[in-house]
Amino acid sequence: MAARSPARSAGPKPPFWRDRAKRALIFQTVLIAAVAAFLIYIVGNTQDNLAARGITTGFGFLTNTAGFGIGQSLIEYSSQSTYGRTFLVGLLNTLLVSGFGVLAATLVGFTVGIARLSPNWLIARLANAYIEIFRNIPLLLQIFFWYFAVLRTLPSPRDSISLGEAIFINVRGLFLPEPLFESGFGLIPIAIGAALVASIALIIWNRRRHEATGKRIPAYWISLALMIGVPMLVLVGTGVPVTWEMPELRGFNFRGGITVIPEFLALWLALSIYTASFIAEIVRSGIQAIPHGQTEAAQALSLPRGLVLRLVVIPQALRVIIPPLTSQYLNLIKNSSLATAIGYPDLVSVFAGTTLNQTGQAIEVIAMTMAVYLTISLLVSMFMNWFNARVALVER
Amino acid sequence: MTIRTEMIAQRPAPDQTIGALAWLRANLFSGPVNSVFTLLGLYLLYLLVAPTVQWAIIDADWVGTSRDDCSREGACWVFVKMRFTQFIYGLYPREELWRVNIVFASFAVLVAWLAIPRLPFKRWVAVVTLLPFPVCAFFVLYGGVLGLPLVETHQWGGLMLTLILAVVGMVAALPIGILLALGRRSQMPIVKSFCVVFIEFWRGVPLITVLFMASVMLPLFLPSGFGVDRLVRALIGITLFQSAYMAEVIRGGLQAIPKGQEEAAAALGMNYWMRMGLIVLPQALKMMIPGIVNTFISLFKDTTLVMIIGLFDLLGIVQAALSDSRWLGFSLEGYVFAGMMFWIFCFSMSRYSQYLERKLNTGHKN
Repeated sequence: MAARSPARSAGPKPPFWRDRAKRALIFQTVLIAAVAAFLIYIVGNTQDNLAARGITTGFGFLTNTAGFGIGQSLIEYSSQSTYGRTFLVGLLNTLLVSGFGVLAATLVGFTVGIARLSPNWLIARLANAYIEIFRNIPLLLQIFFWYFAVLRTLPSPRDSISLGEAIFINVRGLFLPEPLFESGFGLIPIAIGAALVASIALIIWNRRRHEATGKRIPAYWISLALMIGVPMLVLVGTGVPVTWEMPELRGFNFRGGITVIPEFLALWLALSIYTASFIAEIVRSGIQAIPHGQTEAAQALSLPRGLVLRLVVIPQALRVIIPPLTSQYLNLIKNSSLATAIGYPDLVSVFAGTTLNQTGQAIEVIAMTMAVYLTISLLVSMFMNWFNARVALVER
Repeated sequence: MTIRTEMIAQRPAPDQTIGALAWLRANLFSGPVNSVFTLLGLYLLYLLVAPTVQWAIIDADWVGTSRDDCSREGACWVFVKMRFTQFIYGLYPREELWRVNIVFASFAVLVAWLAIPRLPFKRWVAVVTLLPFPVCAFFVLYGGVLGLPLVETHQWGGLMLTLILAVVGMVAALPIGILLALGRRSQMPIVKSFCVVFIEFWRGVPLITVLFMASVMLPLFLPSGFGVDRLVRALIGITLFQSAYMAEVIRGGLQAIPKGQEEAAAALGMNYWMRMGLIVLPQALKMMIPGIVNTFISLFKDTTLVMIIGLFDLLGIVQAALSDSRWLGFSLEGYVFAGMMFWIFCFSMSRYSQYLERKLNTGHKN
């Protein structure tokens, strides 16, 4: 203030502690000095402690042989692989369960959120009960419930529960048939790509024509038909080059097919159900945030009900829904680290657990683990800022 | 033209619009689609509730002292009954439980005083709750003074530990959060960037890695021979983590105060701390309370993670009891009990926060 007003400068110069700029300078210098002193103190202590324990710092340990097995791995991994490899395996497992979790939580969350606003009293109450029950119980408890109280009490492989002799579920996990692609299958992705390009072209052409002449065709339905129809035609035309490998009971366990370990199932169920209860609340409040006048105005323009929702209500509701929704997705990814409590081999369990214990490289391991989550968080918040800027209301 | 001079007697409303039948028609069977949904909902309810009631109440065992008394098909509540003291107090010595009870009873009175709007002297009660009470509570629980026997922290556990972790984490995070929030709005670039980095760092990592860090790395940071209690390590981790979330809630509240308030205070010649402490923060607090309660609820649920670093909170002690060889196979009962305890706390707090939001919504928003 003092700096900005020329009238003040005529009087006697104020003492330096009354000068805002100087005060800020002094305060910030002190802050930097304090933080630096704190860091030096910590680093010094850490070096002494590490020296006393005989641990060498550095990332050299990543190339050493790990020597332990991991229950589920998306990339090739054996106990002869390196510690660096365990990091990748853990990271991929985290992303796998998070991806499936986000998908399921979004589906369930939107369904429950819309059901919460249903004019049907019973459906609205049921949705409300779902929300209130699952978001008020700790996630870890829910994970334990699914793992120890549900999946661990399933029958042994011999008495598996089966669905049409193709899908089996037992205490060892879920066993699904695995598609095996034969030589002619390469055409299918090409067909999907061609259908996608054709659909986009159709939609753009339809929009231009609509703007120019006011006429239009149901382009979305046609493109949906294209997306499903063309690959199916190619599939039949090439003689269905897919065979299914069925899981079979051999000895004490199932062989073949895709195995979904119970740890994954428990974590995925708990994460999806827990996060869905928060997403449902976000969806509900997002839809309720749109003033009823918007719907009425759209109806007054004689828009049909579907278009009222698609062109008026949903775009405005999404503006409210998306920012908290992304932060729920972030929470889900961070919460997937609870895997370590039931032994699902995610990043924290494999890398910050087993690898840390074997190598003793606490600082490097924890720093790498935190860096992964920080990177994901920052990427998502960058996306969110971009999205907010894009959809923000343009005001005066 | 005739003019009616007396009122027509009121006629009853049409049968179709009143009574239970009309309500059913309006809310459950307003159309074919709705009727199908209602029937599906009823069926779902039947599928869920009937076996639950059968298991938890009708077929359950309530009396007895050992697992042999659990002979029926349903739940074995005997297990929970026998372990109840442990679930609540952990391994705290049985003859010293009155100390825990006194602390939590007085805490309940203080919180109730703060939560009920009619009661006077809020400010003094708040000061007592935040400053002398935690100190006294610690000495009563830990002992070693006034002839109270010492109770080491590794004997603390159960619901008591859950509450301690949540409350201490919250109270300690509040002042740090206020400073961080003020710092983030500061015009000093270094202070601001320091606060932004601090807040975004803790918000970006999962609590479990923070707890791992507190339990594995903290001993490395301190001079050798300077052992830190495991509970204190967990508390440090929780406080740092929580303070970042708290800072964001407080920043939200601060942003809601019009700039004119601060400018007016500056025009009266108040310095920064007077402007913040006397003008801005008291107004912002009103907006912040629901947010603070919400972060408290998530902290309360998150305290369960301390079992991963070896502390026995409510969930940790239930999990430990489940692996007792005398009581194998009652995991469902244990989880249902722990879940109900957590649910009661979280649900009532969230209801309180909604009530506050309604009450504090004085109509300035729109």
